[in-house]
Amino acid sequence: MTSVVAAGFDVAQVRADFPLLRRQARGRPLVYLDNAATTQKPQVVIDSITRYYTEINANVHRGVHELSEVATEAYEGARVKVRVFFNARETREIVFTRNATESINLVAHAYGRQHVQKDDEVVISAMEHHSNIVPWQLLCERQGARLRVAPIDDRGELMLDAFEALLGPRTKLVAITHMSNALGTITPAAEIVRIAHAHGIPVLLDGSQAAYHMPVDVQALDCDFYAATGHKLYGPTGIGVLYGKASVLTDLPPFLGGGDMIASVTFEKSTWNVLPYKFEAGTPDIAGAIGLGAALDYITSVGLENAARHEQDLLAYGTEALTAIPGIRMIGTAAHKASILSFVMDGVHPHDIGTIVDREGVAIRTGHHCAQPVMDRFGVPATARASLAMYNTRDDVDALVRALGRVREVFA
Amino acid sequence: MGDLSDLYQEVILDHNRRPRNFRVLEQASHHAEGFNPLCGDRLNLFLAIDGDVIADVAFQGSGCAISKASASLMTDAVKGQTVGAAQSLFARFHQMVTTPPDRAVEDLGKLSVFAGVREFPVRVKCASLAWHTLKAALERNEKASTE
Repeated sequence: MTSVVAAGFDVAQVRADFPLLRRQARGRPLVYLDNAATTQKPQVVIDSITRYYTEINANVHRGVHELSEVATEAYEGARVKVRVFFNARETREIVFTRNATESINLVAHAYGRQHVQKDDEVVISAMEHHSNIVPWQLLCERQGARLRVAPIDDRGELMLDAFEALLGPRTKLVAITHMSNALGTITPAAEIVRIAHAHGIPVLLDGSQAAYHMPVDVQALDCDFYAATGHKLYGPTGIGVLYGKASVLTDLPPFLGGGDMIASVTFEKSTWNVLPYKFEAGTPDIAGAIGLGAALDYITSVGLENAARHEQDLLAYGTEALTAIPGIRMIGTAAHKASILSFVMDGVHPHDIGTIVDREGVAIRTGHHCAQPVMDRFGVPATARASLAMYNTRDDVDALVRALGRVREVFA
Repeated sequence: MGDLSDLYQEVILDHNRRPRNFRVLEQASHHAEGFNPLCGDRLNLFLAIDGDVIADVAFQGSGCAISKASASLMTDAVKGQTVGAAQSLFARFHQMVTTPPDRAVEDLGKLSVFAGVREFPVRVKCASLAWHTLKAALERNEKASTE
């Protein structure tokens, strides 16, 4: 089979940038296919964190000394890189958080407390990760509101008509994934936003999975909030992003209280800092933000569109290869999807698949993928999931297919 | 590193394919539901206890080969035993699967096939789920969890 190489994209060169990919697993070359859980980090990201702690570590937004100025500049520089990456209009629309989960919780608290009252409704979809379910459940419980769930069809696509039918005067927010971690479905985000806005309802998109597989333009999407996480964007763990339209964020109360998020404090009353600092209480993950900035530079230098084309080629190759194996059924067959090969195998539980392929050096995830309602929807207790990133190759897919042959041998 | 054949021994594969006592026990005097939140494995265990003796035992549920085979072999092992003997077997089984792999363990007959999970730390809970559920049922707790 000939290998299709996207123009201007050299996967061998990309692989060479990721030191971890040179290690072995179980005595064999590592085949890393658990990217939906977290991606590996290029050397430039690792170096940027080392450089921060070696050369410029100081707290931000506080000192008058040189180091603090340099650290603040680097931290705020990373924020600008995030703005450019997501094409936000203003840098103050970018809030640093710990991860996408915290970004969603921030909105659930700050926006939720102000706008979601008794008998109001929040609309999510049936393919959400637990991180885009539980914060809304907690909010609804606190406020006496109701959580409504837009259904998905047998391919794992959002049923847009049914979604729209759920929207009404009581709906105060729509929170939907931009790409499902369990199914790979890319949702029609711009269309969702258009429909919700026609009803006057703001929209949060969970971009945890989408952001590293396709260019995201928050202005084109016109979403009100966009949540993403650094560690899936080839960046460090512990740093996440919340984009929020300035017009929406300005009027919201703070999420966490503490240093840096205040303008003034007396024992009687405190006033809040300006955007985005109002939402960044305490010393942030400065190194994490700088590492994320380096990761976004890296993605941009490779070209996210080039990487996406390469991944789409691999996804098609992997889908064909897995579908050809007798007894394997793909879970999540949306027309528009990315990266995710989720499957079940007749007579073999996903956990057993995971253990056996691991012995062949192939790292995949097995289980419910923090999306138990998705498993229930497809009537399976769990799936095995291989997930692709820009550095994966057809050889990786072939290794998975061979390892699945070993599963068949054991369970013959 | 443990070999795959230590984990997936023929006895385990056989009990996974044809689990024994795999049914609902209508006349159960004791019942518990076991749950492994990590992987979503679920197991319903039914006991018919007559006096001090486990007269009958059965289970239903979904899970991996290790958890299903463990439940199947456990039901065979405790059927006809006294409650005290079953509780003692729980303790000895638990001891076996949690002993570091380089140390000797007690010979538990057929149940010794699960000594192989010690080489696969994330799978120990799969082997113990049925036993935790048994303990819960004997103590009349309706729910058991590996967490």
